[in-house]
Amino acid sequence: MADTRNITVTVNGEAHSREVETRLTLADFLRHELNLTGTHVGCEHGVCGACTVLVGGTSARACLMLAVQCEGQEVVTVESLAAGGKLNPLQQAFQDHHGLQCGFCTPGILMTLTEFLREYPDPSEAEVRTALTGNLCRCTGYQAIVAATLDAAKRMRGGA
Amino acid sequence: MASTWFGASVKRKEDPAFLQGKGRYIDDIHLPGMLHAAFVRSPYAHAKVGRIDKDAALTMPGVHAVLTFADLPEPVRRQTLPLLVPHPALRQPFMPHALVKDEACYVGEPVACVIADSRYLAEDAADRVEVEYQPLPAVNDCRDALGEGAPLAHAGAESNVAARFPLRVGDADRAFSGAAHVFREKIYQHRGGPFFIECRGAIAQYDAAADSYLLHVSSQGSHRLKRCMLEMFDLGDHQVRVVTPDVGGGFGPKGAFYPEYVNIAVASRLTGRPVKWIEDRRENFLTTHQERDQYWDMEIAVEGNAKIIGVRGQLIHETGAYVPWGIVLPWITATTVPGPYVIPNFKLDVVSVFTNKIQTTPVRGAGRPEAVVTMERLMDRVARELKLDRAEVRRRNFIQPGQMPYNVGIIFRDGRPVTYDSGDYPACQAAALAASDYAGFGSRQAEARKAGRHLGIGISNAVEATGLGPYEGATARIATSGKIAVYTGATPQGQSHKTTLAQIAADQLGVDYNDVTVVTADTATISLGMGTFAARTAVNAGSSVHLAAKEVAAKAKKIAAGMMECMEDDLELDGGYVRLKSAPDVRKSFAEIAVRSIGTPGFSMAGGLAPGLEHTSYFTPEQSVYSNGTHVAEVEVDIETGAVRILRFTVAHDCGRVINPLIVDGQVVGGVAHGVGNALFERMVYDENAQPLTTHFGEYLLPLATDVPHVDLVHLETPSPLNPLGVKGAGEGGTIASIAAILSAVENALEPFGVTVAEAPISPQRIVELLGEHALGRTR
Ligand code: FES
Ligand code: FES
Repeated sequence: MADTRNITVTVNGEAHSREVETRLTLADFLRHELNLTGTHVGCEHGVCGACTVLVGGTSARACLMLAVQCEGQEVVTVESLAAGGKLNPLQQAFQDHHGLQCGFCTPGILMTLTEFLREYPDPSEAEVRTALTGNLCRCTGYQAIVAATLDAAKRMRGGA
Repeated sequence: MASTWFGASVKRKEDPAFLQGKGRYIDDIHLPGMLHAAFVRSPYAHAKVGRIDKDAALTMPGVHAVLTFADLPEPVRRQTLPLLVPHPALRQPFMPHALVKDEACYVGEPVACVIADSRYLAEDAADRVEVEYQPLPAVNDCRDALGEGAPLAHAGAESNVAARFPLRVGDADRAFSGAAHVFREKIYQHRGGPFFIECRGAIAQYDAAADSYLLHVSSQGSHRLKRCMLEMFDLGDHQVRVVTPDVGGGFGPKGAFYPEYVNIAVASRLTGRPVKWIEDRRENFLTTHQERDQYWDMEIAVEGNAKIIGVRGQLIHETGAYVPWGIVLPWITATTVPGPYVIPNFKLDVVSVFTNKIQTTPVRGAGRPEAVVTMERLMDRVARELKLDRAEVRRRNFIQPGQMPYNVGIIFRDGRPVTYDSGDYPACQAAALAASDYAGFGSRQAEARKAGRHLGIGISNAVEATGLGPYEGATARIATSGKIAVYTGATPQGQSHKTTLAQIAADQLGVDYNDVTVVTADTATISLGMGTFAARTAVNAGSSVHLAAKEVAAKAKKIAAGMMECMEDDLELDGGYVRLKSAPDVRKSFAEIAVRSIGTPGFSMAGGLAPGLEHTSYFTPEQSVYSNGTHVAEVEVDIETGAVRILRFTVAHDCGRVINPLIVDGQVVGGVAHGVGNALFERMVYDENAQPLTTHFGEYLLPLATDVPHVDLVHLETPSPLNPLGVKGAGEGGTIASIAAILSAVENALEPFGVTVAEAPISPQRIVELLGEHALGRTR
């Protein structure tokens, strides 16, 4: 029989206790146990970055982590970004610059950039591009994502 | 027509949901009682499939069923998957069954389908299904496949030839015999797969009471898939509904009908529960259609002044194991070769060849990028041999604007002669050269060489058939609440239809585009549709929305005129009201008019009007419309590592009138990124037994943010005379010309070493190989 454990994980500020199989990935836990389907799965082998979330404040591939590894941890997903349904400056910049097309890579990219902009509030274009190398986007050619990120950084520095 | 929204860079209506993780992609849909499917797939590229033992799998916990070919219902067993575009040139129209009957013809072909409580359990059980395979010789290479005594991709076939067809304009052989110069090029091309970030997936739900199926599927066209389902299961129109939710990229191959969809429908009926299947990335590498090998052997004949007098040669095109799109892909390739140039004599012999690999069908650009690479390689060759500037050689051969409409002399896949409707090719190239400072490149290159750096510049021109028919439809409807909905069979995968089609409708109805809700890709909402592919939606669906909304506006005025006892001409639409132009306060709301439009029980309809404040249009273009573009790439090649860095990339393009510039820019830039991958990285490698070797993103490289350059865009706008909006397709042009420009630039950078480039992709390893001694001399 499947090996299971009881875990408690705080996701977007809310604690969730579940009995899960030890082999359940964090991505599947978020998507199928908690119904937080904003975190996407694009490759299941750690390359595309669509599943990126923050675990303990640091970006992580939810497809490469097991849910049981997150016992007692704080996980933050894309669903947390728009407080009260209002797009945050990064999200708003993405809409303004057409930084997404099909939108499938977008949640992972937003989480990568959320961490990045915390560390680099005033990045250069080259730094943004390097930060994005862990995320694949097949639609946009990245240009509008880069423009959105630079603009978001500016808005955030301006306190907008 | 007042155009408030058409042409405006408005923000996308799709974005707020996507940005908050509230999109609804196929794997986000959870139906009560849903089961999950996993497939047992052939590990061999070619094998006889014998006994299948499913007993062990069936005893696993949570397993509900294991399907093999013998378990499929009669109509499904009797048929192969439908061939969507038959053609008389197809000599052997091989198509697969929903599950392998007795012969597997590519690695990954589904042999059995396991249904369980979760995907985890289904995969566990799939491992326990025992299948007897007897490997057969496999065909890996489409050139070898044509050789005497080559193994056959399908046992018992007459040969590995799927189809042969010729294209002819003028008399190429005679033209060549009198030519001042003839040059020959052999070119290899490969584009890999679509690699949308969301893999394929579907959910089938059988309703026993209604004896009908609801299929949710990540696709590019719900209506075509419905048609396929009806055929496979021998059902009536009312028995299948197909709905496509949000789609995480499609790029062509998501438009096809795949065996998994049939299997989960069978499984849903068998178990009485909804069944979901989500492709994992390994399956995606094995089983989603790709666009692979083409081998070209071409000659160009020119006069002493570089004027083309003829192009001829042959194309060997690999179709893979089956022919789901018939000969569409090589046909588009072949007809795109002439491009923007006057080519009085043209002769191309095309052969489409079976191999034991996943089938090839259109991927963004649909065979056109290969044609452009071929033609532009020939143009560069002419320039090099005649010691002329590459742009000048092109300039001397352009079709002139005064020659429009221009009949190329060949028949396109829409069955019509390739007739360019409009465009100014010399102006387009001139704009691209100016924007890229082509004139100043010589000194940039010379400067860099002094520092031991190798820069190159490349140009390419392309003409693209877009807006293919037969039609797309739209229903515009104002509900009795006054709210506006537009329904269409167009099926977006990132192209922003919910915004652009709303812009078009809003202009006719005098409302904000946010007040128009666009519902796409549900076969229950509009009876016919084709879907979104071939850069066709702006032209087809866009025109239909325009026409439908215009009719609704006229009808609203007619009804309001009756209600207000005035002339229709005195009325205008604004903000959800029909009002008197002279006294805007005198008005009727859309809700009031819509209520009137549906009639009152027991009373006759007034004025012979058809009921309902709605109209359905199916715009049917008489032929394709032709977009065009010029790309200029400037690269630096590291001669030690073979690494290519794209320093500048300029696109001048003309896709007619633009509905939303922000969105069109996104389409073009995204298309260029796809071309960067095709030019430099993407290659699906198979071993000699046709076993795939590149089955994850560590081995198969997609372009990253650091690989794709900033793209400078120049827009030209030659409205198409062939549709009411003057639009042309914009979704593929970025890809179509970019590969050729990058190859040209790489070759230019390596000119001092006498290296020529005749293949795509061109990897760093390959560049180092081509540099041979030059590179070794530096690294040793
Ligand atoms: S799904 Fe996790 S990196 Fe691709
Ligand atoms: S927007 Fe489609 S993959 Fe990035």
